[in-house]
Amino acid sequence: MRNKKSKRLQYLFNGIILENPILILMIGLCPALATSTTAKDAFGMSVATSFVLICSNIVVSLIRKFVPESVRIPIFIIIISTFVTIVDYTMQAYVPTLYRVLGVFVPLIVVNCMILGRAEAFAYQHNIFDSFLDGLGKAVGFTLVLVIMSIIREYFSTGEIFGFVIGPRFIISQPMLFMIFPPGAFLLIGLLKAFINKFIIKPEPTD
Amino acid sequence: MTTNPLLIFIAAFIVNNIILIRYLGLCPFFGVSTTLTTAFGMSTACLFVMLIATWVTWTIYHFLLLPLDLIFLRTAVFILIIATLVQFVEIFLKKNFKALYSAMGIYLPLITTNCAILAVTFLAIDYRFSLILATIFALGNALGFGLVIVLFSAIRERLEFAPLSRSFKGYPIAFIAASLVALAFLGFIGLFGLPL
Repeated sequence: MRNKKSKRLQYLFNGIILENPILILMIGLCPALATSTTAKDAFGMSVATSFVLICSNIVVSLIRKFVPESVRIPIFIIIISTFVTIVDYTMQAYVPTLYRVLGVFVPLIVVNCMILGRAEAFAYQHNIFDSFLDGLGKAVGFTLVLVIMSIIREYFSTGEIFGFVIGPRFIISQPMLFMIFPPGAFLLIGLLKAFINKFIIKPEPTD
Repeated sequence: MTTNPLLIFIAAFIVNNIILIRYLGLCPFFGVSTTLTTAFGMSTACLFVMLIATWVTWTIYHFLLLPLDLIFLRTAVFILIIATLVQFVEIFLKKNFKALYSAMGIYLPLITTNCAILAVTFLAIDYRFSLILATIFALGNALGFGLVIVLFSAIRERLEFAPLSRSFKGYPIAFIAASLVALAFLGFIGLFGLPL
């Protein structure tokens, strides 16, 4: 019994650091870099992606016994795209400004490899509750990285965090504007990955 | 917005480069840009699929989804079309064009989850392009993808031999190199271009 419980905790917490989708597994990079320009956009994108990830994990695990193995991938894609359409239209109706900023990246949640990957590698073999925990963990890991990146990028490029002015005047008067553009995103994720390699998960020596 | 085909081509090719300015297709960009040959294979496969996918999705959207008022099915229909198309292209090439297949065969299945393809088909619809302009747009994007991935693979081949600390080896230094390449491409922004 206790073993089972610790396994469940493992499913939940694996996604946050040890199997973090962006910084460790390096999947779902496009939305992570594209939408982390301001903290608000990044948070909106994470909520949308998390919703799709958790729901598709639950549904895939719910129908896993009826799905023949040979057609599982198209079925997963249909399930995922259904939830993406729900998110797409809901955001268009209730948060139109955020939707306009995120643009094409909302429908592109459907090709986020993280979501299909979890459906295939986890939800297809595990029960509903475990799949929910796994989805939640991965979603939290995704959100965490996106929000951290966006806070750094927003702060250095505008001197604001979540739209509030914080910190010394020189950042506001002379912002590092390039942080909001693609070069800043690539530089930041490179440094974050190097930080992870150095302090958290050391890569195997190759030579 | 401009309807000049040349401007649309240059905008898709360089000014709004699909990888470095739009942040699309990053997984193959970092995944297969390790050597020049793999980069070439991926870009040819991408060019091929992107053009066909744009034609097919454009036609289906304008002659099936719009008249029947089924626009809300766009995401599901497009991704399924692309997935089927990739399979179809793979079988067709395997049977009829052996040389081409051996050059890009293994990259074709990877393309299904390449967000660049799906994004180009969506953008061609969102910008309200005609079929000819959509073709030019897709061509520009595919060539832009190829240009960046081939340029970058040359850099990465050199990086293999660079004396680096262990924590920067592999992905981190590739990201930082990409940042410098992106900085060069950022110089074109403000020239002209499509609204992002």
